Amino acid sequence: MAYSDKVIDHYENPRNVGKLDADSANVGTGMVGAPACGDVMRLQIQVDDNGVIEDAKFKTYGCGSAIASSSLVTEMVKGKTLDEAAAIKNMEIVEELALPPVKIHCSVLAEDAIAAAIADIRAKQDKKAESAA
Amino acid sequence: MGTLNIPVYLDYSATTPVDERVAKAMMDCLTVQGNFGNPASRSHVFGWKAEDAVKEARANVAKLIGADPKEIVWTSGATESDNLAIKGAAHFNAKKGKHIITVKTEHKAVLDTCRQLEREGFEVTYLDPQDNGLVDITKLADAIREDTTLVSVMHVNNEIGVIQDIAAIGALTRSKKILFHVDAAQSPGKVAIDVDAMNVDLMSLCAHKAYGPKGIGALYVRRKPRVRIEAQIHGGGHERGMRSGTLATHQIVGMGECFRIAHEEMEEENIRIEKMRDRLWDGLKDMEEVYLNGDLEQRIPGNMNISFNFVEGESLMMSLKDIAVSSGSACTSDSLEPSYVLRALGRNDELAHSSLRFTLGRFSTMEEVDFTVKEVRKAVEHLRDLSPLWDMYKDGIDLDTVQWAAH
Ligand SMILES: Cc1ncc(COP(=O)(O)O)c(C=O)c1O
Repeated sequence: MAYSDKVIDHYENPRNVGKLDADSANVGTGMVGAPACGDVMRLQIQVDDNGVIEDAKFKTYGCGSAIASSSLVTEMVKGKTLDEAAAIKNMEIVEELALPPVKIHCSVLAEDAIAAAIADIRAKQDKKAESAA
Repeated sequence: MGTLNIPVYLDYSATTPVDERVAKAMMDCLTVQGNFGNPASRSHVFGWKAEDAVKEARANVAKLIGADPKEIVWTSGATESDNLAIKGAAHFNAKKGKHIITVKTEHKAVLDTCRQLEREGFEVTYLDPQDNGLVDITKLADAIREDTTLVSVMHVNNEIGVIQDIAAIGALTRSKKILFHVDAAQSPGKVAIDVDAMNVDLMSLCAHKAYGPKGIGALYVRRKPRVRIEAQIHGGGHERGMRSGTLATHQIVGMGECFRIAHEEMEEENIRIEKMRDRLWDGLKDMEEVYLNGDLEQRIPGNMNISFNFVEGESLMMSLKDIAVSSGSACTSDSLEPSYVLRALGRNDELAHSSLRFTLGRFSTMEEVDFTVKEVRKAVEHLRDLSPLWDMYKDGIDLDTVQWAAH
């Protein structure tokens, strides 16, 4: 299979690889996929006091397109509010990386990873609000 | 020897380049100055010369497997041979019984042919191999029924390179008077074949895995005791009615020549290839979480099928852009299932997704092996740095206990 230049670029020079402290109150972690299906993505976001995503890190087990999708997503979410990040659609990833139809599931997984990371941080924020109240 | 050819070709089980000697023999059978006649033309020298060339090729193919030349039927390849053998024998014996036994790790040419027969009302038992890929003879014996007419087991597995004990299976099927078909597409030049000693009744062969051309193969059909099959392709009655169609002289000559070379050079070649294979395995096996798929001893010299745990096969191949290998990962095929062969060995999905098949051959070199070891180690390290599963493994988390959000 031939890969687009953008997939190859993200694959060879993945952006924002790493791990944030999952226990920190301002870090949200989303882990989606399953090893049995051939892909697992872990996306982490860190928000500042204004609720803007100031950092994002990922690690992905999967094919080149899965790695590229998650690498791209870390770039896309940075500087966005949680609501803005939640609005990212998988088709934006498909278009940006020129993913072929058989690889669309990689972009769906990346969208799911954003949603899961946001859900995680929102749950933490709610808990904090509760205990403060 | 002694050179590094980039990209490195390590996919000899997919197909091989045609040996120069074979190509030369084939080219002599094409043009007006060459041996271009129709081997079925009985009325002139062009036909006779072509017939002679076909005869010589037939003898070379027969010799490599210990058969009589009259027992060789030319086909378009191993896929057609598998179809002809299995459908041909099943249909011919349908009045006696409609039960067939095969193995889950067979090539699709066998499995899908069996599926077709199931649609036609035949019953097929698909045996599970043992964890090392080999068939358990007692299990096979237990699967035999009154109405079993055919057992089909491959000789060398195309993915994991393991060699089945064909002689043991042949002894069993012969004692039960059941026909025995063997898909030996991967065997010529790699393992010795003797259809008599092994009690094989039908054997599928092809040229393109043995330094011959694509699009030509043969089916061995035993004459004593006579094995009868129904033709699948009808026409001018070539090949004693078993496979009609004008014989492709140049293809047949190519197959004959590559089988002749295989017979002469097999022993020496295997020693050389095994040394390279061992060097490849020695260079990789000390890495953490690396698993060899299939038995190490009962295996052809040129095959190494390795799972690199926590790394996905397709991304690994993407990293190895200067090395041509194949993967059991689902991502490389149109289906979403990882290699059915590795799954049948009891490998879990992760390990099946993480596998690469390296197959070495006649033109491989030590330099290419050393280059491959270096590149693979680098790629696996890079991808493990990217892998959340590797992180979790390193943190001591048992991945089987994790609740995955399957999709
Ligand atoms: C074991 C086995 N059987 C059958 C085939 C099909 O052979 P062919 O390509 O000659 O039809 C292959 C090769 O792909 C094979 O490895």
